[in-house]
Amino acid sequence: MTEYAHPEALVSTEWVAQHAKDPTVRVVEVDVDTKAYNEAHVPGAIAWAWNTQLCDTVRRDILSQPQFEALMSASGVAPDTTLVIYGDNNNWFAAWAFWQAKIYGHKDVRLMNGGRKKWLAEGRDVSVDVPHVAAAEYHARAADVSLRAFLPRVQEASAHRSAALVDVRSPQEFKGEILAPPGLPETCQRGGHIPGARNIPWGKACNDDGSFKSADELRALYAKEGVDGSKPVIAYCRIGERSSHTWFVLKYLLGFENVTNYDGSWTEWGNLVGAEVARGAAA
Amino acid sequence: MKIEEYQERKLTVDGWDVNLTSYRLGAEWHAKADNVSPGATLCRTTGTTREEAEEKALKRAEELLARTRRHQV
Repeated sequence: MTEYAHPEALVSTEWVAQHAKDPTVRVVEVDVDTKAYNEAHVPGAIAWAWNTQLCDTVRRDILSQPQFEALMSASGVAPDTTLVIYGDNNNWFAAWAFWQAKIYGHKDVRLMNGGRKKWLAEGRDVSVDVPHVAAAEYHARAADVSLRAFLPRVQEASAHRSAALVDVRSPQEFKGEILAPPGLPETCQRGGHIPGARNIPWGKACNDDGSFKSADELRALYAKEGVDGSKPVIAYCRIGERSSHTWFVLKYLLGFENVTNYDGSWTEWGNLVGAEVARGAAA
Repeated sequence: MKIEEYQERKLTVDGWDVNLTSYRLGAEWHAKADNVSPGATLCRTTGTTREEAEEKALKRAEELLARTRRHQV
C-alpha cells in the first residue's frame, strides 16, 4: 500500500488526544459557525467560525494578510506552532482553514483525520470549557496565490481544457437538478456545471468513519476520471469549502504539484451573465 | 466528560436521504440531521430523550428539505 505523499499533514484522533494540550500545539475546531463547538469539543480546542472569522465579512474574499495575522495572534498561534485543525462534515471547513493557513505560509498545519465525527464516535473525552489562550505575535507571508484559482484562469481552463476541472458537488448539483445542497438556500441563478468539468463528489474520498481513504484508493478514484496530476487541477464546489477538502486530498495526500481551489466556485460561475453552463451528466 | 450512546442512521425525509446522528452528553440528548448528498448539516437539536432530540431534528430537516426545488434538466 502506498503512503500518502505528505503524511505529516494528517494526525490521528489518538495523536490529538495525546498532544492537544502541548504548549507548542494549538487545536482548532472549524465549522460554518460555533454551534457544534459550543455543544462539546476536543478538550483544549478553540473555535473558528467560517462565516465570521475565516472570510472577509464585507467583500467576498478570504482573509487579508492583516486579518489572518490578527486571527492567528488572538488564537495564540505563533509561526512555529503546530496548528491542528478539525471540524464537522468530515473536515469541510477545517480544510478551508488549512488551505488559508497554507496560502499565508503557516509551516506546520495538520488536519485531524476523521474530524469531529470520528472523535465523537470513538467516545473520546469532550469538554465545554473554552480555554484561555495568551495572544501570540504572528507575521504571515504574503499570500501564495498559486494555491487559489480566480475566474479568468478557470475560464481559460474551461475554454482550452488546459486544466482538469474537478466539480466536487453532488451529482444532482452537477447536473443542474438542484441549485444548492438539499435544504440549503439557493445561491445561484443557474444550475449545472462548468463545461469540461468532471464530477467527483468530495465524499468519495472518505471512509464511513470520516477518515480519508488510502492513497491507492484515492489515486484510483481520481484516475478513473482522468485526473492523475499530469496537468494542473482546479477543484470547485458551491462556495469553495468542499473543494478545499478535495484540494487537500490531491495536493497533500496524492502529492499533485499544481492544484488550486476555485473558491468563487458555483456561486460565482452560476451567477455570471453570459457564462457557458453545461447541464446533465458529464460527457 | 464523554459522548455516550453515539448512533447514526440513514432515512428518507421528503424524498431526500438524511443522516441522523444522536448521542447523549451528560443528561442531555443531542441530534443532528445532515443531507447525505453532499453531507451538509441541516440542524442540531437537543432533548431530554433520544426520541425527543431526533424528532425535533427530523421536523426541522423536513421543513428545510421541503423548500428544495427540483429542476428539469
